[in-house]
Parts: sequence; C-alpha cells; structure tokens
Amino acid sequence: MELVLQQVMAGLANGAIYACMALAVVMIYQAIDHLNFAQGEMAMFSTFIAWQLIEWGQPYWVAFGLTIVISFVAGILIDRVLFRPIQRAPILSQIAAFIALFSILNSSAGQIWNFTIKSFPTPFGHTPLFGGTLIDTHEAGMIGVTLVMLGLLYAFFRGTRLGLAMRAAATNPESARLVGIRVGWMTALGWGMAAAIGAVAGMLIAPVVFLEPNMMLGVLLYGFAGAVLGGLSSPAGAVVGGFAVGVIENLGGFIPYFGREMKLTIALAVIVVVLMFRPSGIFGRTAVSRV
Amino acid sequence: MMLEVEHLDAFYGEQQALFGVTFSLDEGRVRTLLGANGAGKTTVLRALSGMVRRRGEVRFYGERIAGWATEDIVRLGIAHVPEGRGTFLRVSVEENLQLGAMTRRDRPGIAADIERVYGHFPRLKERRAQQAGTLSGGEQQMLAVGRALMLRPRLMLLDEPSFGLAPLVVEELFAILGHVNREMGVAMLIVEQNATLALDLAEHAYVLETGHIVMDGPAAMVGADESIRRAYLGY
Amino acid sequence: MTMLPKEGIAAPAAGLAQPLALAMRLSAPRLVVPAVIVVALIIPWLATSFVMFQLTQVMIYGLAILGLNLLTGFNGQFSLGHSAFYGIGAYTAAILMHNYDVGYLWTLPAAGGVCFVVGFLFGLPALRLQNLYLALATFTLAIAMPQILKFHGFEEWTGGVQGLPLDQPDPPAFLPIDGDQWLYYFTLGVVLVMFWAATNLIRSRTGRAIMAIRDHPIAASAMGINTALYKTLTFGVSALYTGVAGALGALAVAFVAPDSFTIFLSISLLVGLVIGGVGSIPGCLFGGLFVLYVPNIAESVSTGLAGAIYGVILLVVVFVMPAGASGFARIVVARLSRSRRL
Repeated sequence: MELVLQQVMAGLANGAIYACMALAVVMIYQAIDHLNFAQGEMAMFSTFIAWQLIEWGQPYWVAFGLTIVISFVAGILIDRVLFRPIQRAPILSQIAAFIALFSILNSSAGQIWNFTIKSFPTPFGHTPLFGGTLIDTHEAGMIGVTLVMLGLLYAFFRGTRLGLAMRAAATNPESARLVGIRVGWMTALGWGMAAAIGAVAGMLIAPVVFLEPNMMLGVLLYGFAGAVLGGLSSPAGAVVGGFAVGVIENLGGFIPYFGREMKLTIALAVIVVVLMFRPSGIFGRTAVSRV
Repeated sequence: MMLEVEHLDAFYGEQQALFGVTFSLDEGRVRTLLGANGAGKTTVLRALSGMVRRRGEVRFYGERIAGWATEDIVRLGIAHVPEGRGTFLRVSVEENLQLGAMTRRDRPGIAADIERVYGHFPRLKERRAQQAGTLSGGEQQMLAVGRALMLRPRLMLLDEPSFGLAPLVVEELFAILGHVNREMGVAMLIVEQNATLALDLAEHAYVLETGHIVMDGPAAMVGADESIRRAYLGY
Repeated sequence: MTMLPKEGIAAPAAGLAQPLALAMRLSAPRLVVPAVIVVALIIPWLATSFVMFQLTQVMIYGLAILGLNLLTGFNGQFSLGHSAFYGIGAYTAAILMHNYDVGYLWTLPAAGGVCFVVGFLFGLPALRLQNLYLALATFTLAIAMPQILKFHGFEEWTGGVQGLPLDQPDPPAFLPIDGDQWLYYFTLGVVLVMFWAATNLIRSRTGRAIMAIRDHPIAASAMGINTALYKTLTFGVSALYTGVAGALGALAVAFVAPDSFTIFLSISLLVGLVIGGVGSIPGCLFGGLFVLYVPNIAESVSTGLAGAIYGVILLVVVFVMPAGASGFARIVVARLSRSRRL
C-alpha cells in the first residue's frame, strides 16, 4: 500500500509536467480548433531563448518574463506568416505544415545550441519536501504555477469579453465575423497565448528533464494524451488529465513481467480504453446540435 | 436613402451567382426578397455583409461599403441573421447575446438590452445559462434575432427566419419583428420562401430569379398578382 | 467586362495549351498509365543499381501510402498508426523467412493476411472514436509497436533490439537479370497489381459506400450502408496494403529492426499522403517520391540543418499545392482546358 502511495506521489510530480503541457495544448486547440504538433518544439525553442538570456547574464525572472513576451510575439508571427495563408487548405495539409514547423524548430535549435544536454535553473530549488525523496520544492512550485495559470486562463475565458470572443471565433468563425469579431486576430492571439504558456511549461520542465532539442518529444506526447483524456474543450480537464497520465504511467510500470519495458504503451492503452467509454474525454463536452 | 445597391454581382469561386442586382431601402422600412430556392436571395444578403466575393456598388448612408470586411460592415449597425441561425452552440444563451454586443463598449446599455431581449423572448430568459446547442430550432431562431438586436442595429438582414419552425412559432416571431420595426425603427431586409408572411410585414417586394431581379413592386400588389405567384413564388 | 484584359494576356499561351490540355483530358488514364509502366520497365536497363534501389523504395512507400489513403483519403478515418502495420508486415515476412525458412513469395500474402486481421480488429474500437481521439488511439499503436518488438518475452522470434537479417530474393534462374533488378521488377509487379485492385475497389459499389461514409456518415447509414462493417473492413484492407508494403520493404533492405517502425514512419507516410493528394491513387506514388527523396536532398544541402530544410521544402510544397500533387494537377488541367475554350 505504501509503495502504491509513493508511486502515486511520484506520478503526480511527473503529471505536473504533463498537465502544464496539456494546458498549452488545449489553449491552442481552443484558439485554432486543431492540435498543434509543433507545440512542444515551440516550447523547447522558447526555453532555449530563456537559457540564452540567462547565459548572457540576465537574472532568472527577467529572462522568464522576457521569454514569455518573445514567445507571445513569435506565436503571433507564426500564425500570421505561416498559417494564415493556408487557413483554407484541407486540414491534413495544415497538419503537414505543423510537421514542417516541428522539423524546422527542432533542427534549428540543434544547429544553434547543439545537442548536448544543458541544465536549466529553477527559482524554487531542489529541496526535498515532506522529508521524502519523491517530491521536491521545484516540483511543488511547478504544480503551483500550473494551477495559477489554469486559474488565470479560466478567469480570462469565462470572465472577459475578449475571452468569450476568442471562444466564439474558434468554434464558429463565420458567425463570429457577423457579430463583428476580428477572427483573424483572435486566432493570432490564441497562437500568442499558446506560445507563451508553452514557454512557461518549457521553463518549468527543463530543470527536470534537462534542456536539449529533443526534450519535449515525450512530454508533448503525454501532454496530448492528458489533454485528450481530460477532454480537449476543458482547460481544467487538461490539467486533471495530465496528472492522471503521470499516475497511470507510474503505476503501469509496476505490472510484473512486461510493465517496466512497456510503461508508455500501457499508459496510452489505458487512455484509449477510457476513451472508449468517454469518447470526448472525461471532462469534455460533446457539442450538442440538432439536425 | 439608407441602403442603395447598384449593379451588384456576386461569385462563388468562378461561378457568378448575382447579376447586376439593384435595389434600395429607406430608414425604418421593411422590404423583402422573394424567389425560389437557388434564386440568389441568400447570396444578396451575404454580398451585403461581405461574405462572398462581389463587385458593384453598395452604399450605406452614402458610405461605399462594397469592398469592406464583414467585421467592419457590422460596426455600421448592420445585423445579419444568417441562414442556419449561426448559433454559437458551445456557449450559453446569455453569452450568445453578449457576443451580439461585441462591438459595443457601454456595459450598462448592454445589460439593459439583454433584459429587453428577454422581455421579447421570455423563453430565452428561462434558458439563459443553458448551452445554446441544446435549444430547439424555434428557440435558436429567437436567440439569433435577439443576438442581432444586441447590436442596436439600424438595419437587420434576415435570412429565412421562418425556416423549419412550427407555424405558431413563426407567427410569434414575425409579430416580434413587426414590433421591433415599429418601436425601434429598425429597417429590415427579409429573405423568405414563405412569401405570405414576408409580404404581410414588408411594404415593398423584389422577386429574384437565377441571380437577377425580375420584378418589384408594393408588397400588396405583388402578393395579389396571381401570375407572379405562380411563376416565381410557387404557391 | 473587367475580365477581358486578363484573358487577352492568357491568349497567346492558349495556342500551345490547347492540344496539351486536350491530350491530358482525353488520355490521362488511357495513355499516361501505359507510358509510365513502359518507362518503369525500361529503367533497370538505364539506371544505376543505387537509383534502381531508391525507386524500389519509392514504389514501396507509395504502396504504404496507398494503404493509408484508402483509410484516410477515401474513408475519412485518420491514422497515425500505419507505421505499426508496416512494421507488422515487415516482421511477418522476416520471421517467416528467418525462423521458418518460408519462401519469400509466400511472405507477402502472409503479411497481408496478418495485417488485415490486426487492422480489422483495431478498427472495431476505432468505431467509437473520431478525429483527434482516433488520432490518439492510432498514435498509441505506433508508439507501442517498437516497444512490443523489443519486448524481451518475444526476443526468440523478433530478435529483440538487434532485429533480424533476411536473404534478398534471388532472381529466377531463367531470367538474365541480377538480384537488384529482380527486386525492382518483383516490387513493380506487386505494386501494379495492388494499385489496379485499389482502383477497381474504389470504383465499385463498395468503393462508393466507403466514400459515402466519409462524406455523409449519417446519410450513408440511413441509406442502409452498414457503416460499422465497412469502416472496420476498410481498416483491415488499409492495413493489408501497408503490411504488404512492409513485407516488400523487409525484402528490399534484407533486414528488420524495431526502430525502423517508429511514429516517425507514420508521420512520413502522412506527409506523403498530403503531398501526393488525399483521395488520389496515382498521387500515392508521388508521395513516395517525396518521402524518399526530399530528406536526402535536405541532407545533401546541409547535414546540420537537414531537418530545417526538409521543413522548409514541405512548407513550400504545402503553400504551392495545398491540395497535394493531384489537386495541383487537376487545377492545371482545368486552367488549360478553360483557355482552350476561349
């Protein structure tokens, strides 16, 4: 029993990473209505920018703030330059463009900063919490920041006119235009916000997984899984989904004989089984429509 | 003159759908566009709102708006109730109404207007917190009209407001439209297949066929003319 | 009226375009296909064995993309899991040849059969899932496959991380050609038969049902099409095609290893599908060309930035041909034939 509890705790610590990423995934999904396969690479690139700023002597929080701003602007630029011209192209072509963006960011980061792993600082320190080795101050800080971001996003989307306009533009662009919403800018704003959230996620994750161009591959995968598990229409669901994925992954590793080797497969399989019963995710709403 | 349309052409891709459509509408008046399915009625409204590629002259209070983007046309006070009602399915009824006022800044005015819409449509008030996708067709149509009113429009473009509704609901809806027109002086351009209803409300009618206006006249006269009815309106 | 000057400019080109467009419109299936086949038959006598090997790979990728296209392009079910079917096909061939000394000819139907069953079975739960949720489920399959192949419990058959070597097929003794040429012709033959079969499938009643499900799922089931059955069968057939491609791939490289069948293979196939044209059968071969050659081209420009160059090329292609090569070809033909009319 104790062992299980320990594993759940460790799973929650990993889950915080995934929750962070899942939140970024849901953000962009709300803004552009499909998944961004390059999201992880965008976060990775942002984290490298932060690292570079720190290397050039900026204090942590200055680098943190600057990186968020740079990422926000870059997100908007990516939308305006790359995706706006093909917004009417078939969805699969847009996915190909995401793959292209993925490839470009990954390869450029490798070229600029090379593939050796770098350590990334944390403002929270790595002191063990609760006298155990399972969760330390950084991981607790990461969970805290994720929850704060979630709260802010919730307030933004539910409580402000701009947030409402963004939701409307994402789900029903034509009607949104008819009430005077500038849909193109809402999409761009969504990209900017997603890039900024991704940057925060990357900077929180980097102290745990170490900084290198491929750092986000696994994280993004779990982030997607968490977002889908929680339900893509719900930011809170994404966070819960992310934590759940962390726990499932850790517990799956304990299945005798094949658990350790196939922990990833088991985690994903569990998620798929859950989706069989909740095809729109645990917290996802099915858009009801009448024929 | 509030709205003047001259030689308006419209296109879907390479396909021309309107040919030199010319008509006008004065402040506070109601006019209707009649015609069979596919005659181009919806396209006229979409062209006015900048939702299809178009060419020609559209003036709103003298302002030449034929090249404007939809978002800017809306800001002039032209509210379009689209075909299919354009409900924001995933947000609540009240949020739908707030979206209608997205171009306005006066918070107290918006709150008051929401109450006013609820006054017209008490059913919407009962369902204010409900996801709009769960409303019935009639309720969604009321929501669409309510959303358009939230703009405080000077002109409403209504695309088949009676479509798919039960006769009693249609009567109620048109009564409210008439009320809005008289009390608030909102001009209306109504596209309808249900010609009887539209001719009751409107004072002047245009008849469209394959993208051309083939005739027009006072509503009472168009409604009374048997040959027009047979040839173009199909009843 | 304002249209006139534009057409005036287009007019000189029309003189040349006329016969070309007419030829393209009339002859597309009737002449182009035999012409391509003739060229394909001659290539081994002109090209180096390296180029021939590459073209063999192009055909194999084209076949794998065709499998994906049957599912995604024609039936509207999204899949990121086709690397798994490709891998299963490859391993079926390798295990049969390496462990059981089965002749290479028999590995293709075996690989196809195994993949059909796996695909069909996977299609059953997939019925409950749509769009992104289906994407995630198939993605799981792609992630799981290398792990399963490496799993220590199966090492006896799969060779674990090391993979399995196998013998390249020998040409029949009565033919005056070498092993590479034989491999090329053998692949060409299989690919031709399977493309022909796919074309006929799509044109049949069954094909119309498959496409009706993609376009109007509710109407299709209302018309009495057994949507569930057709969707799972399409999944099976799609996996069969990609599995046969996998078996051919194993024969061609004479080696299988788990890390050849990762999610990145799925992504490559997806890119090939988009580039060739979703819902186009000949487009699949064009997709195969892209999948094989563009990474090589990128690599030759700059090793360090190969990924970035690949991405840029991909972006440019998507910008220029948002509907893939087949969509692009359609637009070109339409333009040419329109200028002919004027």
